[in-house]
Amino acid sequence: MGISLQHLLGLEGVSRDDITVMLDTADSFYEVLQREIKVVPTLRGKTVVNLFYEDSTRTRISFELAEKRLSASPLNFSVSTSSVSKGETLRDTIKNIEAMKIDMVVVRHGCAGVPYFLTRCTDAVIVNAGDGLHEHPTQALLDMMTIRRKLGRLEGLKVAIIGDIFHSRVARSNAWGMTTMGMKVVLCGPPTLLPQHYESLGVPMTDNIDEAIDGADVVMMLRLQRERQASGAFPTIREYRNRYCFDMEKLFSLPESVLVMHPGPINRGIELASDVADGNNSVILQQVTNGVAVRMAVLYLLGGGGENG
Amino acid sequence: MVRKRENAVFLTCDYSRPAPPLVLKGGRVIDPVNDIDRVAHVVCAEGSIVGVVDEVPARFADAQTIDATGKWVVPGLVDMHVHLREPGREDKETIATGTRAAAAGGFTAVACMPNTQPALDEESKIRYVIQRGEHCPSRIYPVGAITKGLEGEELAPIGEMVHAGARAVTDDGRSVARTNIMRNALNYSKSFNIPVICHCEDTAISWKGHMNEGVFSTRLGVRGIPTIAEEIVVARDLLLAEYTGARIHIAHVSTAGSVRLVREAKARGVNVTAETCPHYIALIDEDIGMYDTDKKMNPPLRTDRDRAAVIAGVADNTIDVVASDHAPHVPEEKDVEFEAAAFGVIGLETSLGVILTFMVHRGLLSPQQLVERMSVAPNRILGLGRGSLSPGDCADLTIIDPKARWTVDARRFHSKSRNTAFEGMKLQGYAGGTIVGGYAVFNRNV
Repeated sequence: MGISLQHLLGLEGVSRDDITVMLDTADSFYEVLQREIKVVPTLRGKTVVNLFYEDSTRTRISFELAEKRLSASPLNFSVSTSSVSKGETLRDTIKNIEAMKIDMVVVRHGCAGVPYFLTRCTDAVIVNAGDGLHEHPTQALLDMMTIRRKLGRLEGLKVAIIGDIFHSRVARSNAWGMTTMGMKVVLCGPPTLLPQHYESLGVPMTDNIDEAIDGADVVMMLRLQRERQASGAFPTIREYRNRYCFDMEKLFSLPESVLVMHPGPINRGIELASDVADGNNSVILQQVTNGVAVRMAVLYLLGGGGENG
Repeated sequence: MVRKRENAVFLTCDYSRPAPPLVLKGGRVIDPVNDIDRVAHVVCAEGSIVGVVDEVPARFADAQTIDATGKWVVPGLVDMHVHLREPGREDKETIATGTRAAAAGGFTAVACMPNTQPALDEESKIRYVIQRGEHCPSRIYPVGAITKGLEGEELAPIGEMVHAGARAVTDDGRSVARTNIMRNALNYSKSFNIPVICHCEDTAISWKGHMNEGVFSTRLGVRGIPTIAEEIVVARDLLLAEYTGARIHIAHVSTAGSVRLVREAKARGVNVTAETCPHYIALIDEDIGMYDTDKKMNPPLRTDRDRAAVIAGVADNTIDVVASDHAPHVPEEKDVEFEAAAFGVIGLETSLGVILTFMVHRGLLSPQQLVERMSVAPNRILGLGRGSLSPGDCADLTIIDPKARWTVDARRFHSKSRNTAFEGMKLQGYAGGTIVGGYAVFNRNV
C-alpha cells in the first residue's frame, strides 16, 4: 500500500485514493500509539529536518514526536527571522542542510510556495507543515481522520468552516481535501475575511453563521487573529463575538452527534465559547492526538516505509 | 570599437562624426508617417536618410551595403520604458549593457526611468546618464523624477532637468500618492511640453500583494493586487489631466478597466497616451504556475479577460505604445521565496519577438501598426523628432526579420540579467539589424 506522491506539498490536486491511503495508514499508527511501547523501527537511520521559519509549538512537537516514534532522527532547525533578514538565502540554507546528508525536510514558512521552492533546490522529500496563507495539509488530514474515526465516514457529510477564511491555510487545505473526499464544505466569516474567489473554485460561502451550520455534521471554528481588527477587517471583538462565536445556543440548534473542531490555539470566548470547547461535542484534543498518527503516516509513506515493509 | 558575442556585432560609435554612406538593399520599407510600404532601398549618408529609392544612385555604388531582402526596414524602434539601473545597481545592468540589449532587440533609442540610486531628480544626474550613454549602441533619453527622491512630497526641479535633456517625468515604481502634489506636477509640467508618466497604483490596496488578486491567487495563498489598485489611480490621473489640461502618459496598462478608462478619456479629449508591455499581451496570472518568480512584476500578470482587453486596446490605438518595462534583477533577488522576490522582468531582447508572434502573425496588428506602436508613437510622445524616413531625417533604422523562428534562451542575452518571463518560449521574428545615426550598431548576421 503506497501513495503516488513524492512530497506532501498541499492537498489541492491530491487524489481520493492517496488521501484514503494516508488516513488508513494513520489509523494503523493510531493503534500503535495505544500500545505501551509506542515506537516502531520503520524509519530507522533516516534523518528528518524540521525547518521552522515560523513560531509553532504544536505542529513542531507533533512532527518531532511522530519522527521519534518512527525511529527517525529528527533535527530541529528553527529560525525566528526570515531567510531574507538573516542574510542567507533560503536556497543556500537548504543546500547546506542537504550537504549534511538528510532524507526529509518538514518545512513551515511564512511565504506561500516555499515547499515547492525547496523541491527545486533539493532531492530530499519535502513535507509542508504550513506555508503562508497557502496550505497546511497534515492539519487537514488529521481533521479528516478525526471526523472519519468519530462518524465512520466522510462522504456526504457537511462541514462548516467558520472564521478568518482569508488568512487560513487550514481552511484552504480542508476545502480541497474534504471536497475531494465527497464532503460538502461551506466557508463562513465576515465578507472582509472571506475571499470572494472561493466561489468560482466550487466552494460555497456565506457570511451568515446560522446558514453555515444549518444541517452541519461538523463545525470547525478558526482562530481569529486580533491584529485583523487593526487592519479594519472587523470593527470590534464584541461585534465579532456576537456574530460569529459558536456557543451553547448555536450548539443546541444542531443534532447531538455534531462534532466541534478547532485547529488551535483557541481564543476562548471569541470564536468559541469555553463550555463548547470543553463540552461533549468537542473533539479538539482528539485532533491533537490524531495529529501525531497522521504525521507518522505521512512520513512513513513518503519516507519509503511503504516499499520496505 | 567592435564587440563580438556569438553572431552579433556591436559598434561603439562616435556619433559626432558623420557616418559613412550606407545602403539597405531590397527590404520591405515600412514608414507609416510617409505612407510607404513597398520593397525599396534606403540610402543613408552622414547620419541622415538620403531617400527611399527604387534605384540606388550611382554615387552610392561603393557604399557599405546591407542586404535586407525578405526583411522589413522600419524607422528605429524606441522603448520608452526601461530601467538601466545605473547609477547605483550596476550589478543588475549598466547603461553600456542595457543599450547593447536594446540594440540587439532592435531599439535605436530607450527612455530610462529615474528610480536609480540615487534617483534622477536633478539636472546633474540627468547629465550624468546622458554622458554615460554617449557612445553606446542605442540612444538614451533619461526620464526625470516628478518628486525629490521619488518620495512624493516635493516637486523635483523639472525645468532644470528638461533643460538638461530629460524628455518626461515620472515617479515610476510608485504613484504620487498625494493628489495635490500630482495636481501640481501636472500643472507645472505644462510649461515644458513634456508628458508626465503615471505609474498607477493605490498602494493602500495593493499593499502586501504579490500577484493579481483572483481565483489563482486564492489557490496559491498569495495576497493579491486587485485590478482596482491600478484603475483607481488611472481614473484619478485622467481626471487630473482633464482638469489641468496637462499631458499624461499611463505606464504599463494591465487591466481591462484601465483600457476602458483610457478609451473613454480619449473620446472626451483628455490629453492622454498609454502604454502596455509584451508580458500583458502574452501571459496571464496562471502562467505563474507553482510560484515562478520570473513571472512576478508590478503591475502583475492579470486574467485572460484583461489580456484580451489589452490586446484590443493596442489594436484600436487606445494603447499608443508597447514598451518593455525592462527591469533587470540579480538572481539572489529572484531565486527566492515568491513573496520575497523582487518585482520586474527584463524585456528589451524579447519585446519585438513577442509582439510579432502574439499580435502581428496572428493578424491582430498590421506591420504598419507595429511601427506606430513601437516607433512613431514613442518618438512623438517624447518629442524625439524621429520615427519616419523622410529625406534629411536621422538615419535611425531597425531591420526586422519577421520570419526567423527562435527560442528564448536568457543565457544568450546581452543584458546583464536573466529574469525573463519568456524563457523557453518559441517566438517568430526578431531584429536583424539596428542602425543608429547611420552606423550599423548591431547586425545579427555578421
